[in-house]
Amino acid sequence: MSGFSALVARDLRLVWRRPGDVAVVLAFFVVATTLFPLGIGPEANVLARIAAGVLWCAALFAALLSLDRLFAADLEDGTLDLLLLAPWPLELAALAKCCAHWIVTGLPLAALAPVLGVAFGLEPDVLLALSATLLVGTPALSLIGGLAAALTLGARKSGALLALLALPLCVPTLIFGAGAVEALATGGDFGAHLAVLAALALVALATTPWAIAAALRQAGE
Amino acid sequence: MATALLEVTDLACRRGGRKVFEHLSFGLAAGELLALVGRNGSGKTTLLRALALLVRPDQGSIRWQGAYVGAEPEAWRGRLAWLGHLEGLKGDLSVAENLLAAERLRGAPPAEDRLDSALVAFDLPALSSRAVRTLSAGQRRRTALARVVLAQAPLWLLDEPLNALDAPAQAAFRAVLERHLAAGGLAIAATHADLGVPCRTLELGSTAYSPPPSSGEVAEGLRGSAASHDPLRPFGAPPPQEGGGGERKT
Repeated sequence: MSGFSALVARDLRLVWRRPGDVAVVLAFFVVATTLFPLGIGPEANVLARIAAGVLWCAALFAALLSLDRLFAADLEDGTLDLLLLAPWPLELAALAKCCAHWIVTGLPLAALAPVLGVAFGLEPDVLLALSATLLVGTPALSLIGGLAAALTLGARKSGALLALLALPLCVPTLIFGAGAVEALATGGDFGAHLAVLAALALVALATTPWAIAAALRQAGE
Repeated sequence: MATALLEVTDLACRRGGRKVFEHLSFGLAAGELLALVGRNGSGKTTLLRALALLVRPDQGSIRWQGAYVGAEPEAWRGRLAWLGHLEGLKGDLSVAENLLAAERLRGAPPAEDRLDSALVAFDLPALSSRAVRTLSAGQRRRTALARVVLAQAPLWLLDEPLNALDAPAQAAFRAVLERHLAAGGLAIAATHADLGVPCRTLELGSTAYSPPPSSGEVAEGLRGSAASHDPLRPFGAPPPQEGGGGERKT
């Protein structure tokens, strides 16, 4: 596990050295979501109705923004070879990379979302629910996005290809994430939606590290 | 020859459908340095990557102390120190941070106490807190070599270790390499330049030197070679006599 935590720590330190990369992602999230109230107009019930879907979609796009550099930077400077040659499983390294991505992307998105939800006129309990769904759902986005990033490693126009690969795979997460918030607002079963969301994240956790490791080995050949 | 720690038998690799080399066999004992020479594209880097299990060979076997290295890849990777043609350094981290992070990524215990000697070996103490992206190519290469030293691995796999190094840095590298070999370490280096250390030579891109293994003799493809030779053929390799196998590969 020492290699795992060392890799997470290294990636967090790299982000700390270049805070602009994360700031761009969060700024995109803020700008994209605030465009909707401005574009649609101040109709409180319409905004509250679409809020969960808009915030979830914007979070998804924001998470994708930073993913194309997840492994590409390591490939370009040769540190990917060091990961491939580390004497511990590459699956753990893949998980560590996604974990670091989630800490600097998913976690701040979940923290920011309730603040932005105010612009949509959401009730306090719905704001909390929104944050909770993002907290549970964004690990799946980081893992699925990590897989897409590993598969598109070395490809030309990898950013567009990455989005094309990752977005369809993120649809279930999006449906149950936004659905959970909607369920709370309309008196549905919030817990059931959240449980499915957690299940989706766990499935991603149990499968993607192996697929990412295989894709990275392929890229290393 | 002493007993070979590393034995490579009948190795063949293919890149993009093209045979890079085949029927490659050699053995390497403790304290020995193997220089891989050959034209551009003759497969030196591919061989290094195959030895590190980064490239899957088409056929053949790699054994360490008699055991197939593919059977326990993690233990094998733990015995390797790697220097690729890319340095494997993060530009935003300092020299010292890069070295310590690389060492922690190998799952090794904290290396702070060993860091100083690795830095001193390549005259890096003055640069240790500089961000790597501000360094020159030669300074980066020295940092990457310090990473290799820090790893304390028995087998060094080096791809063009002398690239971008000035004369004092080359001398420092030689001293470090000799110390590693004297301590019973092994090293395989792909190179176009004279390493300046007594070594054995394997010329790639020529089937004449790599007969298929028939007996237990695995080192047929090797010739002993002293350090200094005619600069045009630094390892004293006579041109292959048999056929035009070399042209086909280059």
